[in-house]
This record gives sequence, structure tokens and C-alpha cells, in this order.
Amino acid sequence: MKKFFLTASAASIALAASIAHSSAQDVPTVLVDGSSTVFPISEAMAEEFQNEQAGAIRVTVGSSGTGGGFKKFCRGETDVTGASRPITNEEKELCAQNNVEFIEMPIAIDALANIIHPSNEFASCMTVEQLKMLWEPEAQGKITKWNQLDPSWPDATIGLFGAGTDSGTYDYFTFAITGKEHSSRGDYTATEDDNITIQGVSGDENAIGYLGLAYLTENADKVKAVGVKQENGECVLPSVETAVDASYQPLTRPIFWYISKGAADTKPHVDKFVEFAFTPETQQALVGEVGYVPLPAEAANKALDKFEKRTLGSAFDGGSKLGVTIDELVSAAGSN
Amino acid sequence: MAAVDFEHRVAFNPMSEAEASRVIGVAKRRDFLFAILGVFVLVLSMGMLTALIVDLLVDGLARIDYDFLTSFPSRRPAQAGILSAWVGTSLVMLTTALIAIPLGIMAGIYLEEYAPRNWVTDIIEINVSNLAGVPSIIYGLLALGLFVYTLGLGRTVLTAGLVLALLILPVVIVATREAVRSIPLIIREGAYGMGADKWQVIWHYILPAARPGILTGAIVGLSRAIGETAPVLTIGALTFIAFLPPSPVQPEFPFLNFDWLTSPFTVMPIQMFNWISRPQEAFHINAAATGLVLIAMTLTMNAVAIWIRYRLRSQARS
Repeated sequence: MKKFFLTASAASIALAASIAHSSAQDVPTVLVDGSSTVFPISEAMAEEFQNEQAGAIRVTVGSSGTGGGFKKFCRGETDVTGASRPITNEEKELCAQNNVEFIEMPIAIDALANIIHPSNEFASCMTVEQLKMLWEPEAQGKITKWNQLDPSWPDATIGLFGAGTDSGTYDYFTFAITGKEHSSRGDYTATEDDNITIQGVSGDENAIGYLGLAYLTENADKVKAVGVKQENGECVLPSVETAVDASYQPLTRPIFWYISKGAADTKPHVDKFVEFAFTPETQQALVGEVGYVPLPAEAANKALDKFEKRTLGSAFDGGSKLGVTIDELVSAAGSN
Repeated sequence: MAAVDFEHRVAFNPMSEAEASRVIGVAKRRDFLFAILGVFVLVLSMGMLTALIVDLLVDGLARIDYDFLTSFPSRRPAQAGILSAWVGTSLVMLTTALIAIPLGIMAGIYLEEYAPRNWVTDIIEINVSNLAGVPSIIYGLLALGLFVYTLGLGRTVLTAGLVLALLILPVVIVATREAVRSIPLIIREGAYGMGADKWQVIWHYILPAARPGILTGAIVGLSRAIGETAPVLTIGALTFIAFLPPSPVQPEFPFLNFDWLTSPFTVMPIQMFNWISRPQEAFHINAAATGLVLIAMTLTMNAVAIWIRYRLRSQARS
């Protein structure tokens, strides 16, 4: 009896193993993973590229988050990974350990918007200092009323809504506003789902929150954007136009695709897919459709050039940087 | 002291008629209050459940049509569908059921009928009941390390089936044991009395009698597995996939094809989660529709189990 069970279990393990290795995926497949912020873009690219190739090439897209995506990417499991922030130094090291060389490409531009209730008339323009005063860790429990930010504003309790600490939105917002990544007050409603922020702010006349531009555009009837006062004194609202011409600062940010050089060199379908994604026409048609800001045609062409020359490395030192222009990011010369 | 005791005896024993009806009245009122509380809790929880389902129905029902069920995901909400998601969920559930149910029944029977009563068995039993309470993400991490990296099974339907099977194994084991334990001793003794050996008793008498209970446990487990997101996401289920795994049946010999086990996949909860967090309202409607289809799949699974159980019961009676 015992012998029978041993044989049976050995046989079933052998069967499982043989099944695992007999995988016959004949159709070349591009493997994309990464940030959920970048997902809609990657999905649109994948869908359209597959249609164009009429089934000759397949593309799959996962949504493991920026960090999870880099873990797979740096083990050589994926060809392209989306990221809503630049690669960190630890991730660079992991990639180096596994001999994964990467090309850093901005796939689109995103802006973060501060939003308030539509009936809020006083806070239609805020300075970066005011936002910092509101969101920095020292504000926790202390800055709770609007008139603490500006004496002319009402004596009303501020309702705070923001991004969850795992999101790239949180990373970039804290970096741009408080000056340090991951440095934020903790007493606000944090959510990974920007739709919750929309719900919260649209239901509270004295609330303020921040989220990605696409969510503002889709909910323009429910919430109102806060203009951010620029250094030249002008008050700029977040929009596609102000993100492209980089006049909306400091909350305009690039979002990325990291492409494995090895995959691009050895798999022609990966090469084709990336070229498709950075063609100016594709950029204009697809990126805009899913709510992000496409690369200007000139930048897209430069990006193609950078990809063809296989310019390696990151323009960032393991963290976000303010005032990085798209031109710098797509420069084929590389920055380090 | 003695005086106090004496007084008590006089006061309460024997009880006067008025006193007795007062005590009964209090007890009845308590009964009534508890019944009201019970009804209140029932109405509240069922009301919430109904509200959720009605909300899903209002949002999503109109979106479900033939195209929705036969289209792949898309960036355009109106063209997006759940074909890869429901096929993925069905295949993963099939794998899970094929692994978890036989293993769980065997383990349950072993523990109940064969295992010697000693500390090893005690440790196994404690672990089985504790495993039922382990958060599902932990199973996902285990599967990522063991199945994906160590055994090299990849981010496939097979891996997902294995991890969900592990997840519901304790439920199946416990249900099997309960079902086996509840069988009247008389059946067992009768069979032994007729000269049956232990295996014959189990195979011909215990298992058939325990089948309804085991089936209920299996369905409870599978209903939990079908809604799981975290472990499936951890082992690397995809979100956008616009092709189906190879078909399990083929026209040539040997007619069955197991390539689908090694295919990449996505499942319904992941598709739902992706759509609910998108900015466009139309995607939220898609998510509600996906939720309805998921509920329908779970209910179908339950209905099949109830039908099988009913048939088994009527067989057992005749």
C-alpha cells in the first residue's frame, strides 16, 4: 500500500514537471508589467499593437506596481516594465546582479492635481509654500483649519484626502511639495484608489486632495482644480497644455517605461513593440485617449532615436528630480 | 448564618403562584428581546448584502451582453469584455477543485480513521485548523517562492490552481472530518458485523454517507477561492491578456491537452479591481457587470453542488 502511494505521488510529480516544461508558446509574446498608473497606457499600446500585427505577436500586461514590476524586470522575467517613478539605487543594483541592462524612456507625461469642492471659491490658487505647510509631517494635528494657511480664508476644518503610501503618486507628491520623498503628515484619508479621493472631496465643502490628472479630467463636474502659483507669480491650473509646456510646476512628472536591452536585442518582437509605442502618431492617438499627456512629436522622435542607439542607464540618481525636462530624458547622449 | 439560610428558604422555596408567573414572565420577555435582536441582526446583514447586490445589478446588469462575455479587455470601456477573465477563472477553479478535493478528502479520512492518537497527529490537527485562518496573501508569497521560483512552474494556471488548492485544503479537510464523524456508529458496526474490513467500510459505507457533508465543504472552499485576488496577483496573474489558453480538448489523439496548465492567465477579481480603479465611469460599470458574472458563477457552482447532493440523498434513501 505504502509503495503504491509513493509510486503514485512520484509519477504525479513527474507528470506535473513534464507538463511545466512542455509549454509550447509558439507565438512570440512581449511581456510587460509594472505600475498601475502606467497600466492604461501599456494596455492601450498592447491592444493596438496586437490588432496591427493580427495575432502574429502577442503582448501581455501585468499590473504588479512599480516596485513589483522592477523585481520581475530585474530578474529578467519581463521585457518592459512601467514605472511611475525613476528606478531606485537598490533596483539598479538588482538589475546589475542579474545582468539586466535597461533603457529608460518617458512613455508619457502626467500631472498631479490638487482638487477642492466646486463651491470652494477661496482656495482656487495656492502657493507651493501653503501646500507644504499643509502636507508636511509637522502639520499633523496642528494645521487643521483653512485660516491657518491664509488668515483671509474661513475658520473651517480642512478635510484631507491623498494617495496611499505605496503609490508612485504619493512618492512624487511628497517629494515635490514637502521636499522629501515619503515625508508627509499621516492624518489624512489615504487611498490607493483615486476614485475614493474624488468621492471624498466632492462630498465635503472644505476638503482638499490630490490625484492624477486623468481623474480630474473625468470628474470635472464633481471637483475643481486648485491652481498652483508659479515662481513668476502666475497661477497655473493643471491641464494637458500646461503639462506639455511644463508651465505647471512642480507637479508635472514624466512616467516611464524601462526596456530590457537584452530583450530588445534578441527578440525582434520586443523591438517592434517599443518602436510602435514611441511613434509620434501612436503617442498622440493612444496616450491622450487614456487620459495622459502624450510626448510632443519632436520628443517622441528623439525617444525613438535614443532607443535605437540603446542608450543605457537612468537620468536620475535613484530618486525623483524636479524640473527635469522631457528633452533631457529622451536625449540619446545619456546622462551617466 | 443559620438564620439567613432559613430566611432564604422561606422566601423562595416553595414559590408562590404569583412569584412563579413573574419569573416566567421575565424569562419570556428575555426570549422575546433576544428574538427581536436576532431578527434585527438578520435584517441588517441581509439588507446590506441585498443593497450591495442591488447596487451591482443597477450599475452592471445592462452592460452584460454576448459581446461583453466574448470580448477581450480593451482600453475602450464600451468594447472591453471579460472573455480571458472568465475562462481564466474557470480553468483555475477546475485545477483547484481537482487538486484540493481529492487531497482534502484523503487527508480528512486519514486523520479521522487511521491516524494514531499521539502528539504528531495533534500537531497536524492544530496546524490544519490554524492554516484555515492564515491570510491568503501569505499563501501567495509561499507559492511565489516555492512553485514559481524553486519548482519553476512559472506564473501559470497550474501555479494559481495549486495555491488556491492549498488555501482551501483546510476547509475541505475539516468538512470531511466533520462529515465522517457525524455518521452513526450503527452503520459502521453493521458493516464490520457483516465481515467488511476497514477499507471496505470506508469505501462502501462511510464515504457515500459522508458525501453530502464533504460536498458542502468543497463548495464553501471553492466559493472562497473564486473571489481571491491577493495570492493570484502575487504569483503573477496578468491584467491584460488578449488570447486564451490552449483548449483542453483537441480533435487528435489523445484528445486531452494539458498545455493550458502552463498558460499565462488572468482572473475575474483582478479584472474587476483594475476597472474599479480607473478614472472613467464607464469602466466602473464594467467592473459592476464583472461582479455580477462572478456572483452568477459562484451561485451556479453552489446550485450544481446542491443538485448533486440532492441526487445523492435520494439515492441513499432508495
